[in-house]
Amino acid sequence: MAHSATSALMANPWNDPEAQPFIRIQGVSKSFGDYVAVNKIDLDIYQGELFSLLGGSGCGKTTLLRMLAGFETPTEGKIFIDGVDMSSIPPYERPVNMMFQSYALFPHMSVEQNVAFGLKQDGVPKKEIAERVAAILDMVQMGKFASRKPHQLSGGQRQRVALARALVKEPKVLLLDEPLGALDKKLREKTQFELVNIQERIGITFIVVTHDQEEAMTMSTRMAVMNQGMIEQVGSPVEVYEYPATRFVGEFIGSANMFEGTVVEEATDHAVVRCPELDADIFINHATNLPPGAPVVAMVRPEKMKAQVEKPESQYNYVRGVVTEIAYLGDMSIYHVRLATGMVVQISQTNLRHTAEQRLTWDDEVYLTWHPGNCVVLAQ
Amino acid sequence: MNEISTRVSSVAMTTGEQSVPESRRHRARRSLAVARSGRAGRMLVTALPYLWLVLFFLIPFAIVFKISFSESIRAIPPYAPLFEMVDDTFLQIRLNLANYMMLFEDRLYLAAYLNSIKIAAISTLVCLLIGYPMAYGIARSSKAVRNGLLMLIILPFWTSFLIRVYAWIGLLKNEGLINNFLLWLGLIDQPLPMLYTPFAVYVGIVYSYLPFMILPLYATLEKMDMSLLEAAADLGCKPFKAFLTITLPLSLPGIVAGSLLVFIPAVGEFVIPDLLGGPSTLMIGKVLWTDFFNNRDWPLASAVAVAMLVLLVVPIMLFQRYQQRAEEAKR
Repeated sequence: MAHSATSALMANPWNDPEAQPFIRIQGVSKSFGDYVAVNKIDLDIYQGELFSLLGGSGCGKTTLLRMLAGFETPTEGKIFIDGVDMSSIPPYERPVNMMFQSYALFPHMSVEQNVAFGLKQDGVPKKEIAERVAAILDMVQMGKFASRKPHQLSGGQRQRVALARALVKEPKVLLLDEPLGALDKKLREKTQFELVNIQERIGITFIVVTHDQEEAMTMSTRMAVMNQGMIEQVGSPVEVYEYPATRFVGEFIGSANMFEGTVVEEATDHAVVRCPELDADIFINHATNLPPGAPVVAMVRPEKMKAQVEKPESQYNYVRGVVTEIAYLGDMSIYHVRLATGMVVQISQTNLRHTAEQRLTWDDEVYLTWHPGNCVVLAQ
Repeated sequence: MNEISTRVSSVAMTTGEQSVPESRRHRARRSLAVARSGRAGRMLVTALPYLWLVLFFLIPFAIVFKISFSESIRAIPPYAPLFEMVDDTFLQIRLNLANYMMLFEDRLYLAAYLNSIKIAAISTLVCLLIGYPMAYGIARSSKAVRNGLLMLIILPFWTSFLIRVYAWIGLLKNEGLINNFLLWLGLIDQPLPMLYTPFAVYVGIVYSYLPFMILPLYATLEKMDMSLLEAAADLGCKPFKAFLTITLPLSLPGIVAGSLLVFIPAVGEFVIPDLLGGPSTLMIGKVLWTDFFNNRDWPLASAVAVAMLVLLVVPIMLFQRYQQRAEEAKR
C-alpha cells in the first residue's frame, strides 16, 4: 500500500523469468504423527518482498514459518535461503531472525540487553553493540526505555522491542509470526504502516504469518493463501481479491456472493453461465476456458453489485430481490437482499451523503446488477 | 455471589452516593453488610492458623527459651525455676547465661554446628546437581509421561520416612545388598564399609530430601516459556549457552526455594545421622537429643535448640527478602 512508484517499478521480480528467488521452498511437507500440517508446498519468495502467509488457524502457515526458522524439520522437501540448502543448518546458524507472536522477550533482561543479545552471540565488539542497539532502539522509538524490563512495558512497546531485537542483527530474512496479533485495532493499523515503512527503508525480506486478511492486504507485496496445509493461491493483494483462484480464496478474502451454475456458452471473447438462483444468465466478457455444461461457481463481490428500482434493460446480469437486513457501518452500509429462491445476497454501498434519503430501506424491492467484467467464474 | 456484591459496594462507594437512586443505595447498603460479614469470615480463616502457630509453636518456644536460662538441678522438672518469690515480697529472677557460654566453651557444640552446616550444605548441593536434571527432564517430557514421573517422585512419601531410612541400612551394611552384589561381581574381595560413615549420612539426606529439591525446580521450569529458548537459538545462541543465559537465571527462584527446603531441615536432622551415621557423625540434632534424653540437661539442650533456631532464621530471612524482591520486580 505504502509502496512508492520507484519500488513498484523495480519490484515484481516474480513476473521476471530470469529473476532468482531468494527463498525457495521445494516440495516441503511436515507431518506430526498422522496429521499433515504442511502438504507438499512449493513457493518462491524474492529479495525485498513483504510476503504474507495468510490462512485460518491450523492451515499450516506457522509450521511453514517455523521450518524457515529451523525450529521444525521438514518431513519432506527442501528449503533454500540465498541459494543455501537449510536442511542441516540449526536455527542458531541461519541467516534469518524471527519476531515471535508472544514476542518472547527475555524477562530477566532489560530492553537494551534483550536487543544486544543477538549481537553478543556473534562476538560483535562492545562499542559497536552499544551503537547498533542505540540506533535500532531509536528507529523503533524505544530509546527512552532502554533500561526498562519487559514487564514494565505496554503491549505496543514490547512489540517494538521484539522487532528491534530481530532486526538488529540485520538478517537476510525477517520472519514475523502474527506480529500485530496482540495489539488493539487502532494501534494495529498504525503499526502496519510503520512495519511497511521500516521494511522499505532497510530492504530486508519480510515473511509475515497472519490470519488477518486486512493486515495481509495492507502490508504485502504478495501473499499466499493457505488452507489445510496447502497453498490455494499466490499473488498480489489485488490479484487475490479480484481474481481468486479457488472458491476457498474467494470466500476467505473479503465477502463474496457465490452462485452455482453451469457454462452454457463459451467463446473466445465471452461466456455465458446459467444459475438456477438467478433470474437472468450471467454474461462474462472473457473466455472461461471451460466446455459448455461444466459446473462452475460465479462470484460477485458485494461492492461490485448495484441496486436499482427499475428493471434493467440488459437480458443478462441481474436478479430481483427484497432488502431484509441493513448494517450501517458509517463509511458504508451492507444490505442483505433475499432472492425469490430464498438465497440471500450481500451488497455494499458507500455512504456518500449525510442524510438517509436515497438509501435503500427494509422491504424495498430491488434489481441487483453488475458489470460483465466483475464476475469471476471458478471451476467446481 | 459474595465477591460480586463486595465489588458492587465498592463501586457504589467510589462513585459517591448523591446521584445513586434509592433502590440502588439500599442494595449498596445491604451488600456492605454482606461485605462486613465476609470480612469477619476472612478474619476467622486467617486467625485460625495464626492461633495454631501461637499455641503449638510460639508458646512452646517461649517455654524452651525460658528453660535455656535456667540452671540444671536434680528434680522434676530437672531445672531451677527462673522466677522465684523471695520472702513473699521480692520477685527474684535468676538469669543463668552459663548454658549459652557452654556452647562456646565446649568445642563439641561449635564443631557439631559447623559439621551440621557442612553436611547440610554438601547435601543441598548434591540434591541440586541430581535434582536439576531430573526436574528439567520431567518439565520437558510429554504431558502423558509427566504425571507418571511426578508420581514416582512423590510415591516414596507413601511409606514412612523411618522405614525408608531403615531400608538403607539393609542396602549399605557390610553384608547388605550393595556389598553382596559387588562381591558377587568380583569387583571387591572385602565388603566396603559404608554404613555408619559420613557417606551413609549424605546418602540418607540426599535420598530423603531430593523430592523437596525437585518439586520447586519442576514448578519453575515447567512455567518457563519455551519460545524464549527458540528466541535465543534464533538470535544465534547455542543450546548450552542458552541454558546458562536463559534457563538457569529464570529458574533461580526454584533453585533458591529447593535449596532452602533441603538445607533447613537437613541442618537439624536427627534420625538420619542417628541411624546411618553411627556414633562418630557429629550433628547438632544428635547432640541436642543426647543432652536432653541421656544427660537430662534440659537447660543446656534448650540453649542448643535456641541457638540452632537463630542459626536457621538467617537463611530463612534471606529467602524471604529474596522472594519479596522478586515480587516487587514482577510489579
